[in-house]
Amino acid sequence: MKYKSQAVAKLYFIAAIGLFLGQILFGLIMGLQYVVGDFLFPVIPFNVARMVHTNLLIVWLLFGFMGASYYLIPEESETELYSPKLAIITFWIFLVAGAVTVLGYLLVPYASLAKWTGNDLLNTMGREFLEQPLPTKVGIVIVALSWLFNIVMTVLKGRKTAISIVLSLGMLGLAVFFLFSFYNPVNLVKDKFYWWWVVHLWVEGVWELILGAMLAFVLIKVTGVDREVVEKWLYVIITMTLVTGIIGTGHHYFWIGAPAYWQWWGSVFSALEPIPFLMMTIFAFNMVNKRRREHPNKAAVLWALGTSVMAFLGAGLWGFLHTLAPINYYTHGTQLTAAHGHLAFFGAYALVVLTMISYAMPILRGRAANPERAQIMEMWSFWLMTISMFFIALFLTGAGIVQVWLQRMSPTPMSFMAVQDQISIFYWAREGAGLVFLIGLLLYIGSFFVKGESRAFE
Amino acid sequence: MSATFTKSMARNVFYGGGVFFFLLFIALTFDTMKVLPKRDNSQNITPAVEHGKKLWETNNCIGCHTLLGEGAYFAPELGNVYPRRGPDFIKAWIKGQPTGVPGRRQMPQFNLTDAEIDDLVAFLKYASEINTNKWPPNIEG
Repeated sequence: MKYKSQAVAKLYFIAAIGLFLGQILFGLIMGLQYVVGDFLFPVIPFNVARMVHTNLLIVWLLFGFMGASYYLIPEESETELYSPKLAIITFWIFLVAGAVTVLGYLLVPYASLAKWTGNDLLNTMGREFLEQPLPTKVGIVIVALSWLFNIVMTVLKGRKTAISIVLSLGMLGLAVFFLFSFYNPVNLVKDKFYWWWVVHLWVEGVWELILGAMLAFVLIKVTGVDREVVEKWLYVIITMTLVTGIIGTGHHYFWIGAPAYWQWWGSVFSALEPIPFLMMTIFAFNMVNKRRREHPNKAAVLWALGTSVMAFLGAGLWGFLHTLAPINYYTHGTQLTAAHGHLAFFGAYALVVLTMISYAMPILRGRAANPERAQIMEMWSFWLMTISMFFIALFLTGAGIVQVWLQRMSPTPMSFMAVQDQISIFYWAREGAGLVFLIGLLLYIGSFFVKGESRAFE
Repeated sequence: MSATFTKSMARNVFYGGGVFFFLLFIALTFDTMKVLPKRDNSQNITPAVEHGKKLWETNNCIGCHTLLGEGAYFAPELGNVYPRRGPDFIKAWIKGQPTGVPGRRQMPQFNLTDAEIDDLVAFLKYASEINTNKWPPNIEG
């Protein structure tokens, strides 16, 4: 590595992978509870498992984003990180806070956790994805601000590139929009309206800036294509992200009590949301085709191309599938939503973090690329995880379509639970695909321990 | 992309486009907040509803159920459970959990008092009277 402060990224990446494994294990528990309803009840009820599953996802992605930025910002800015020490302190604070929070979910009834952690002072808990106790939420703000401060100070003292500016803007947005998690009015419609300012404006807004910057960075490194070309693409892609995605928030406002005009705004703009993802795919393949060097890290190139394709499928195509108001009227809050959620988070965010880890980790371990055998194993893990996640999405889509028909469209609608019994075959198949995903993930972790002749720096 | 469209042009379009659409979003939000009182049933928010919402949150109901279509998809939609089942059924149901039927999805026992359950039901009644543009399509949610 060029700058020794980049080494802090390694801690973050290791934590990210560990939490990722935890997320998948809880996913498998929930998948089984879908068909064997009393599995692990009452030790781990479904709502607890889900909270752990989704919160671990958010936390490991944040660890990944932070690690990635501590790696790439010194290199972009051509200077050491402003404060590696702060980055290490922040790491431990975040890891301990995250672990204590998850243990709290698992060991204490949620209502008691709320009482003990000051939820009476300021009600913020018990909303999807924002279940964290107040001290954890405050901790997330502190960690995000310390991260932002460290990165911005580094950018300010060094070279300012489009990649580092876009990444910093994404982080600023992440920190600012999280503040809406502290606003929880009694009025349910307002509660839901501003809840989306965290959730939607993160994943369909500012996180895409972070995603774009990370992907652009890796593509410059592995293809050697001129920075001017890559950064121009980056700006055009994220322009389309914001142009479509901000008003696209409206696709969440169809049925929660907001005015009906959101059906027009939300449908039209969110129908355009696949465009930036399609551009990202074209961009990634174009850059790799025009490469000026053969980078020895073949696995990183695969992850990067995979990110662009799967993000388009999961976030773009599967989002479009149910985003138009007349269709969403029937599909809202069904397994179709779950299908989209899984493929989009995996395709866009899990994969971009894994891309960054794949590129940076060998360098952090003192080599340009991993040994051939390790790379082959890593590429196997890519295909296993990607294909099994695609099948998870397909099975949930099947479940969702049948659910919509039986429960909402048929002339003799069935009750929710009766429908769930009818579609259990899809859930079994999803659980099977989930096990394949776990094998892929274990293979991925194993690839870090494969020894062999590795390529030194040229 | 062609050489006449430079990186700095792309950057300017990004900032201009981002700011424009964010301002448009803010304007639509202002309008939404203005017309919301006609739709959001806020005139019926009582202390019981307020307490009910807090119970809804601190027992993490959203971890299994959906409310107006948002939440987890493991258990039934509750935005319209009030008209679907009625208050007495809901109260008896909450008290009777878990069913303990082997292999069936289980809802935990939350040990709520009668007064707390009344407040929770008041919250669900309030939620069911929000104008949701006729969603869900039928009573099954």
